[in-house]
Amino acid sequence: MHAVEVRDVRKVYRRYGRRKSFGTLKSALLSGGVLRNLRPDSTFLALDGVSLDVEAGRTVGIIGRNGSGKSSMLKLIAGIGKPTSGTVHVSGRVSALIELGAGFHPEISGRDNVFINGMMLGLSRSEIARRFDDIVAFAELGDFIDEPVKTYSSGMYMRLGFAVAINVDPDVLLVDEVLAVGDEAFTHKCLEKFAEFRRRGKTIVIVTHTLDLVTRFCDEAVWLDGGRLRASGDPKRVVDAYLLEVAGSENRAAPVVVPEPAASPDSNGAGRWGSREAEIEHVELLRADGQSAHVFESGQPVRIRVRVRAPHPLHDFVFGIGIFTADGICCFGTNTQIEGGAPGELSGTGEFTVIIDRLDLVAGAYKLDVAVHRQDGVPYDYHRLLYSFRVASSVKDTGIYRPQHHWTFAGGIAITGPESERRS
Amino acid sequence: MIANLRQVFRYRALISSLVARELKARYRGSVLGFLWTFANPLLLLGIYTFVFTVVMPGSRGGTRLEPYALFLLCGILPWTWFQTSVMESCSVLVAGGNLIRKVLFPAEVLPIVTVLTGLVNFALSLVILAAFLVYYARPVTAGELAWLPVIVFVQLVFTLALSLLLSSLTVHFRDLRDLVANLLTLWFWGTPIIYSLSQAPERFHGLLALNPMTHVMVAYQSVLFLEGPFDDWPALLWLGALSLVLLAIAYFVFDRLRDTLAEEV
Repeated sequence: MHAVEVRDVRKVYRRYGRRKSFGTLKSALLSGGVLRNLRPDSTFLALDGVSLDVEAGRTVGIIGRNGSGKSSMLKLIAGIGKPTSGTVHVSGRVSALIELGAGFHPEISGRDNVFINGMMLGLSRSEIARRFDDIVAFAELGDFIDEPVKTYSSGMYMRLGFAVAINVDPDVLLVDEVLAVGDEAFTHKCLEKFAEFRRRGKTIVIVTHTLDLVTRFCDEAVWLDGGRLRASGDPKRVVDAYLLEVAGSENRAAPVVVPEPAASPDSNGAGRWGSREAEIEHVELLRADGQSAHVFESGQPVRIRVRVRAPHPLHDFVFGIGIFTADGICCFGTNTQIEGGAPGELSGTGEFTVIIDRLDLVAGAYKLDVAVHRQDGVPYDYHRLLYSFRVASSVKDTGIYRPQHHWTFAGGIAITGPESERRS
Repeated sequence: MIANLRQVFRYRALISSLVARELKARYRGSVLGFLWTFANPLLLLGIYTFVFTVVMPGSRGGTRLEPYALFLLCGILPWTWFQTSVMESCSVLVAGGNLIRKVLFPAEVLPIVTVLTGLVNFALSLVILAAFLVYYARPVTAGELAWLPVIVFVQLVFTLALSLLLSSLTVHFRDLRDLVANLLTLWFWGTPIIYSLSQAPERFHGLLALNPMTHVMVAYQSVLFLEGPFDDWPALLWLGALSLVLLAIAYFVFDRLRDTLAEEV
């Protein structure tokens, strides 16, 4: 089911008056005809035929340069503006974090402001009363809640605004760069709250310039450029393409071609893209004994063997791998460039192997990225999450990484041989 | 439009909270608190009473407008409500621009809150009026007093209609506010507030009758000041019906302009 459906949306902003910043009745009468003055002098196309679907429960990041239509898009989804043509459909309650604490009145207490702000966002008085303690607790206001808002620090102000908006308990949460304004602690707190939202299967749409946030946090990225949809899909692929263009626009004029996934990515974001000037032909995971395998014992060695082929000799190439959990959290990623390798030549068929001496991961399912790309990041062949393996372990510890460790006890503690002890 | 109206109804708790907020914010942090709201009407009352009873006592042509201060009060208090509501409506959307651009909520809430805040202030000022009535020991019958809520309601509907219309139009024509400020001065003198309708020359009566506020003021004066039964009630009820039509038109215009508000404020 789609939580947000945007169909072929155009948004035209009108600008009235060439010399004046806004229309006046006097000038309308003097220049003859009120109606003529109501006609815009110039228009600005903010969005030009954008279609977008967001499935319920997904987190989507919208990226793009300033003026690319990101915020317009978010406002249309929020219902604050209407599209000039096309349709926007959102199912469920929407809360938009566009400006924190918009509508707070400085002269009255935080308590009164919470009620009024909550009601503006569509809650009833009793709903707010029920959530009031949560809101105050999140905002860390304590007794300040009964002081006028004008006495608050900017941090308190933002926390309170965020707390109210987040406690609307929306099905669809829209976020516009609010994280950029807070300090580290606030940002962390917000991200934690977003993560909680994700776990509860809510839909989140984020507009941001923090690309790192998109790759780390989003299931999908959308790149808007000049009011048009430039690319959408796997966050890493879209962000990489965007970064290339931003870097590229500084030294060359030609637009970057967004690598299209050859196979349509599945819901986990897996896929394959690239120019194929070099191709990954085969990827294999091997145990210590050289046997191809799918399941590995935690703490045992693993080899990732990759066969690549370049029809024409290449002198600019980097090999890389990345290991991800089933949830898409990157456990480890590296490439030959990071580790100081300088490319010589790649011609015909070749093979590289990454040897991991100890696979210190906890039991679970993992996925693998394998890529060959240019030094500036342009992919030749990018295999995103296409390979999977399992780590098995007799110990049911949790997390991702299991460092080599052991327990020692001293004093008045008597434990006989904890199961987890593995002196090795 | 009907759906939007229903939404306004849904936001009634917000409206009442916002009215309470306006009053609280206004009265908090000022020593004299709520007296400030009545400082201006009381000042006007003092000035006009002084001018027309001390400086130019003959100017009132020996009418039965005694005590003149009470007569003035009957007109000035409702006029203050009307004037401040209309004036503030001209800037309420622009002032609340941050809300309209950043939060999804029906913008008509803002002018409605302005008018209702004025209504609460007016209701409070009736205490002053009551004190005057008691002081002068005016005979006010229960039958006449029963008309008071009707008059207030008619004025409320008329003011709401005007406020909705002006609030949305001023977003597009910012100088409408200056025009309205001047028109209100003209309107004040064109309404029987400091004079009574019967004092005005006969040939102007038709013109004055075209002014909706004339009927509202005459009604207040008849009920609270003049002796004898309130005879002018058909005009008042007609004005009430007309105001409801005007309100529907004003809401329609507001609704049509709604989508442009977020872009223009």
